[in-house]
Amino acid sequence: MDIGGTLVKLVYFEPKDITAEEEQEEVESLKSIRRFLTSHTAYGKTGIRDVHLELLDLTLWGRKGSLHFIRFSTHELPAFLQMGRNKHFSSLHTALCATGGGAFKYEEDFRTMANLKLFKLDELECLIKGVLYIDSVVSSGLSECYYFEHPTDPELCEQKAYNLENPYPLLLVNIGSGVSILAVYSKDNYKRVTGTSLGGGTFLGLCCLLTGCSTFEEALAMATEGESTRVDKLVREIYGGDYERFGLPGWAVASSFGNMMCKEKRESVSKEDLARATLVTITNNIGSITRMCALNENIKRVVFVGNFLRVNTLSMKLLAYALDYWSKGQLKALFLRHEGYFGAVGALLELPNPS
Amino acid sequence: MALSGGTDRGSHRMDKSIILPPDEIFRNLENAKRFAIDIGGSLTKLAYYSTVQHKVAKVRSFDHSAKVSFQETDGDPLYEISVQEEITARLHFIKFENAYIETCLDFIKDHLVNTETKVIKATGGGAYKFKDLIEKKLKLKVDKEDEMTCLIKGCNFVLKNIPHEAFVYAKHADSEFRFQNTHPDIFPYLLINIGSGVSIVKVESEDKFERIGGSSIGGGTFWGLGALLTKTKRFDELLQLASKGQHTNVDMLVKDIYGGAYGSLGLTGDLIASSFGKSATTDKEFSKEDMAKSLLHMISNDIGQLACLYAKLHNLTRVYFGGFFIRGHPVTMHTITYSINFFTKGEVQALFLRHEGYLGAIGAFLKGAEEDNPNQYSWGENYAGSSGLMSVSPELNPVQRARSGTFPFDMLEMDRLERQLVNLPLLHDPTSYIPDTVDLTEDALARDYWLYCFEDALDGVVKRAVASQKDQPEAAERAEKFRQKYRHKLQTLRHQPFAYGSLTVRSLLDTREHCLNEFNFPDPYSKIKQKENDMALKYYLKVVKSVEELSWEQRQFALVKGLLAGNVFDWGAKAVSDVLETDPEFGFEQAKQQLQERPWLVDAYSQWIERMKGPPHKCALFFVDNSGIDIILGVFPFIRELLLRGTEVVLASNSGPALNDVTNSELQILTERIAAMDPVIQSAFKEDRLALVQNGSSSPCLDLSRLDKVLATVVRERGTDLVIIEGMGRAIHTNYYAMLSCESLKLAVIKNSWLAERLGGKIFSVVFKYEVPSKSQEQH
Repeated sequence: MDIGGTLVKLVYFEPKDITAEEEQEEVESLKSIRRFLTSHTAYGKTGIRDVHLELLDLTLWGRKGSLHFIRFSTHELPAFLQMGRNKHFSSLHTALCATGGGAFKYEEDFRTMANLKLFKLDELECLIKGVLYIDSVVSSGLSECYYFEHPTDPELCEQKAYNLENPYPLLLVNIGSGVSILAVYSKDNYKRVTGTSLGGGTFLGLCCLLTGCSTFEEALAMATEGESTRVDKLVREIYGGDYERFGLPGWAVASSFGNMMCKEKRESVSKEDLARATLVTITNNIGSITRMCALNENIKRVVFVGNFLRVNTLSMKLLAYALDYWSKGQLKALFLRHEGYFGAVGALLELPNPS
Repeated sequence: MALSGGTDRGSHRMDKSIILPPDEIFRNLENAKRFAIDIGGSLTKLAYYSTVQHKVAKVRSFDHSAKVSFQETDGDPLYEISVQEEITARLHFIKFENAYIETCLDFIKDHLVNTETKVIKATGGGAYKFKDLIEKKLKLKVDKEDEMTCLIKGCNFVLKNIPHEAFVYAKHADSEFRFQNTHPDIFPYLLINIGSGVSIVKVESEDKFERIGGSSIGGGTFWGLGALLTKTKRFDELLQLASKGQHTNVDMLVKDIYGGAYGSLGLTGDLIASSFGKSATTDKEFSKEDMAKSLLHMISNDIGQLACLYAKLHNLTRVYFGGFFIRGHPVTMHTITYSINFFTKGEVQALFLRHEGYLGAIGAFLKGAEEDNPNQYSWGENYAGSSGLMSVSPELNPVQRARSGTFPFDMLEMDRLERQLVNLPLLHDPTSYIPDTVDLTEDALARDYWLYCFEDALDGVVKRAVASQKDQPEAAERAEKFRQKYRHKLQTLRHQPFAYGSLTVRSLLDTREHCLNEFNFPDPYSKIKQKENDMALKYYLKVVKSVEELSWEQRQFALVKGLLAGNVFDWGAKAVSDVLETDPEFGFEQAKQQLQERPWLVDAYSQWIERMKGPPHKCALFFVDNSGIDIILGVFPFIRELLLRGTEVVLASNSGPALNDVTNSELQILTERIAAMDPVIQSAFKEDRLALVQNGSSSPCLDLSRLDKVLATVVRERGTDLVIIEGMGRAIHTNYYAMLSCESLKLAVIKNSWLAERLGGKIFSVVFKYEVPSKSQEQH
């Protein structure tokens, strides 16, 4: 489990090579949990199993099976714990490996509400382990890692597989509620370079305040329909064109939300425009900080992960574009299909050796 | 990025009944030429060059050639004093709200006599908007200049010419503003201009700068997004809301996710993990104040982070912040400072500028004045004509102010100095040199005392000013105006000690001199100086003779004592001016008796004598102090001894008058007169072993980082190895801690009992500080 500020990410390994004897010996509670998790794709109010991410025919700890990816809102953690209590998770004599801030914040709740002991793990370590593991096991079918070819040309821009066999050095940008930027030099050698509080939580938070929406999906849907240039002030609106003296193209945003200084324009924009501008602002800012970190650390490859990018092709293309354009093709933005689940995967991998 | 038109100000109407105070604003318009204007979103900055006519006191030697010897001139004054008109150049910068632009343009048109001016340089986002209005009103062609170029030019200019231009902001410190020394080399630096967007500019030299980056999240984002979130229209109001809010209600903190700190990464629980993160996860209503605060933090932190990343990448440590987002707003200066401290762990300091709002106007002006070579000169801030930091409080509502009938404006005036000013080459470390001994901005006790002291002395100064112009009936009226102006400055400084940079005794003295000049009292002490010089000259030979009769050891002591006794005669010190005013017979001998017996308060006399037994110095540079007894009976006999030892002597005196300090032109005449009496002085003067140079200043104090370029050359050429600084103003209020790369002697008599007590002594205590640089220092 990876318990973040907004979402809880749960990764479940379902062994498929269960023998008849094993099934006989299996306690009822385990069976019921397996059935519950694998037979549904939605749980409670916000729980979702991302079926398209499911990894089949995996060998883990000598067992064959499938890896399931489930997420739900951190708000629903109490409901989850209640369920755990009802389904007697505690009787499984199995450890629950957890990472993310919530592993620390809710440790006590796990113990008192569900009688579960958590093995707390560092989230950055889990994140890196998870990325490396998933990339190594996904060999057939859709490649885990991909990039956008011709990111600056909307006509030619297309998603391409990327081989992450020799990943180091690597800048790993995790966009959750907030953003963490890690420089990874090898499996065990990494550091957190910096972070920013302008992340997915900011996008959703501002969208909720500005448009009255309440979910990430809603906000994203609105952003897709909107036009940010009605909200942002562009370079050409100030200079009449490119600001040639400094090589700034006219289409670049000079001031995010800059047009909103004007009353008339505030009254003429739509909620969709505001959602789009929020998305563009947050995404560009992450791109800009990332680019500076890449320069400072002298790293050319950047992998973006985190649930902000889930079903968010807009942001991914924007990041790919921004990195390519402002670095004059020096930097490459890479993305991973299992976006937000790496922390949870990394935690799962610690299961055999809880210490 | 440029500041776009201040759209929400909307109406640029104003109450036509407001009358501009012509004595105070747009001064010297009659001779104005070379206009420049910088129109931002809410404020207009106008710049022009003008000439000012001052009265100056000139001294001219009487023709004594017909007379055979000194004795025969007995009874005649030594030199004549005449008051002449002198024209000096001054730059005027005025800042006012855009609402007043039409009225101001009308006013300028009515008062502009000079017709040579054809163009006005313009910059800023609003320059385009107001182009037609300016051209119609002023009949000047508007010539647009690149905003960033103007900004950088202006920034270079203030950093070079205004001491204490840059400051560090510390909200919770004893003094909010910590002013920085003027670095001899201002380059390279980073300028982060936060307008509607953010521009990050690396400046490497006068003409070389590059926009290395920027961000679209800037002042416009705060304003625009803030207006959407809070339905508050004005930027200033948004800042006010923010200053009252609690961001923790809106932001998701590390502790909201972790329950506490994220210890292994050193992230504290209070750190913002996700800006506005809570507004996505709860359905409750958020207060305007809280949202504005959260937004302010989000934007300030983001800018701070980018600034640090750019500073690191380009290896720069001096980072200045400007733009309308910053412009004197304590709230944003605080959040930006906080962010920079957080991201660089103190390696980089956020610096702000006192005249940040004027940079564009200054730069545009300089672009237009290139043929006058303004960068060839040194300029000085005129304290009398400048309103100081934050006189236009951004927190005040302009409408309310307009109703109250006052016209809010802010001014900066800079005088072109006759001499180009440079560092004394003998400063041990010019980058760390601080002229002033006590920073009154930080020392509240000392500040109270000195402000009181200067206020208390004001009557006497006014009286002296009137007395110096007995023949002019309106002098009393002018003196009264001087009194009001200076008193007002003192009051301002009491409330805002940081208004003109660090408050020091020197700045208080200089402000007084500027105010006196402003009202045409160029040299209130000219006649007194003349009288004293006359009197002292009569005793010169007697004094020289009396010391000549002494043994070597006795003579050295007598010479030092004479130097100190001479220094008692100082009209700048109230205790002494009282005595001198009531008892003009207070003589040289009596002064010696007033002096403290050895051991003195600071007493390095023994080391000095040991040194004097050794080989002579090559060249001594002597910063002299007062006229009369001090220079004639104290300094001359002393340097006479140095000359006899084979040491060359350079006497550095003020370029212009200040109190009763001897000026260079007076010293010229005095030296000639002494040379006529004394063959030792005569031959030294003739052979150029005794040289007179001006220090480039008109202050009773001494800033060794701003000295006449000629002086620096002379010092270098002559291989100066001894610097003597005399008097309270130059050796105590300033330079007491100055480290030089050669031997130095700082001596003064403390003629102020408060200061004496503070230093652990009594009135008339003696400071005799002889310093030899350590070996490591010499190698420096």
